[in-house]
Amino acid sequence: MKKFFYSQKIAPYVFILPFAVTFLLFWIGPIANGALLSFQDVLKDQWVGFKNYQRLLTDKIFLKAVWNSLKYMFGTLVLLIPFPMLFASLLNSKLMKKPGFFKSIYFLPALTSVVVAGTIFRLMFGELESSLANRVISLFGLAPVKWLKGAGTGYFALLVLACWRWTGVNILYFLAGLQSIPKELYESAAIDGAGKWKLFTKISFPLVKPTTVYVLTISIYAGLSMFLESYMLWRGNNSPNNIGLTIVGYLYRQGIEKRAMGYACAVGLVLLAVVMIINLIQLKVTGTFDKEAK
Amino acid sequence: MKPALKGKQKNRLAAISMIVLFTVLALLILLPIYAIFLASFKPGGQLVQYGLNLDLDFSQMSFDNYILLFAGRHEYWTWFFNSIILTVITVILTLIVSSFVGYGFAAYDFKGRNALFICVLIVLSIPLEVVMLPLYKQISNWGLMDNYMAIVLPFMAHASTIFFFRQYLLGIPKELMEAGRIDGSTEYGIFFRLIIPIMKPAFAAMAILNGMTAWNNYLWPLLVIRSADKYTLTLGLNTLINPYGDNYNLLIVGCFFSIVPIFILFICFQKYFIEGMTAGAVKG
Repeated sequence: MKKFFYSQKIAPYVFILPFAVTFLLFWIGPIANGALLSFQDVLKDQWVGFKNYQRLLTDKIFLKAVWNSLKYMFGTLVLLIPFPMLFASLLNSKLMKKPGFFKSIYFLPALTSVVVAGTIFRLMFGELESSLANRVISLFGLAPVKWLKGAGTGYFALLVLACWRWTGVNILYFLAGLQSIPKELYESAAIDGAGKWKLFTKISFPLVKPTTVYVLTISIYAGLSMFLESYMLWRGNNSPNNIGLTIVGYLYRQGIEKRAMGYACAVGLVLLAVVMIINLIQLKVTGTFDKEAK
Repeated sequence: MKPALKGKQKNRLAAISMIVLFTVLALLILLPIYAIFLASFKPGGQLVQYGLNLDLDFSQMSFDNYILLFAGRHEYWTWFFNSIILTVITVILTLIVSSFVGYGFAAYDFKGRNALFICVLIVLSIPLEVVMLPLYKQISNWGLMDNYMAIVLPFMAHASTIFFFRQYLLGIPKELMEAGRIDGSTEYGIFFRLIIPIMKPAFAAMAILNGMTAWNNYLWPLLVIRSADKYTLTLGLNTLINPYGDNYNLLIVGCFFSIVPIFILFICFQKYFIEGMTAGAVKG
């Protein structure tokens, strides 16, 4: 027995065992269980077939949550990929002195918990005339706004929070990608007379693509599963007219607050499907599959 | 690049405008942190009345909140201590278990390896929120509710940490393992005696990344922790978010103080923070 455990054939499986067990118990088990629950009415302990899913299709609040999540994801993609990429390539240029100092400062927001960041931003976007956000817009002669009461302004506050927390991290990702590009490429292109913009579009942008795909993937994942940012900004899961409700917020509301576990599990599986589909499309479009196949 | 003076002037102009741009960005990023730092000296009532802003009125500002934080009657330090314990346990177990698994993936060629590694990648690409509810139900069936085990156990074999260690260990020469075998080490002895010592930089990066995540963890503890004496800092702070009594006095100074330990760690071990954070981005 002992010899068996120590043999070179068995050892790899012993090494992998903790992951295999965790994977079965805490991922496959719950997902399978969730799939089964999604066909039940858990409170009445009945099988209901596809009823939960049918209900989702006509549930206006759920559809609003899906729309909010997609809108948030789209907003973060537009703001948190091009700008950090641009800032990173500027920081990476030879002309930039002390890039390390700026890098450190930009990283600070990522160290704060969503509870702390959310609390600060909720107070900054307070509706009082003297709150920071209203002070800032008054500089431009605008009247105070009830930020978290309106759909558009609430969305704006969410995006500002997201940009504050993640711009720095994404800059770091792109910097790491840019620094892995050999310097000689730039030098020889510069000798051939390529300008700064040409260097960016012909060398940096294509060669930093693995990083871009990575950032895109995690942004889609994080954007679609966003919940706590909105939970903190609106001090709970209930925002006026559900302007801050997301897919996970709805899952939380149904499963934890209303104890409709079956219905909530159906929401969870729809989320899984949406994440998978969007990521597959993304990987297809960016050509990551073709690279993997090689 | 050749025309000497003109090119130089142009470069200088570019350098200055870049410094200006990045300084403005840095100020914007620091603004909320500065605002809460200022607010930690203001009475909570003022915050409720006027909102969070950058007003400096020294007649209103005092160290009262800090006195409350360090000497007042409240649960803050229980939460703080709980968070420290939980963070330390999480980091130690995650590092040991995940490096063990990561080594298995990197060092051996065995049947089923690729399939199992695909499972790691699958876990990486599924948001926890998808399994959150059934997992919650399961934890409750197993009687692990309100127990720190429920926070640590499911995530010890941590997919992204395993991935990082595997990438790190792919580069180790196979001769090292052969030498260990010739010396009479068992397969596990090779890992614990020969491999762990050369993994220090990887451990540092992952300790910091996992520590930060554990310290800031909120959603999962919110579901599984019930009793107030087990609250972590994030859970506890969130109970203060109702603007009654003098909650805000403690909330703001408590929020500010909760980021201090992480900021100090960051200043000391910046390199590892950045390494751990960006590990996945270059190679994907």
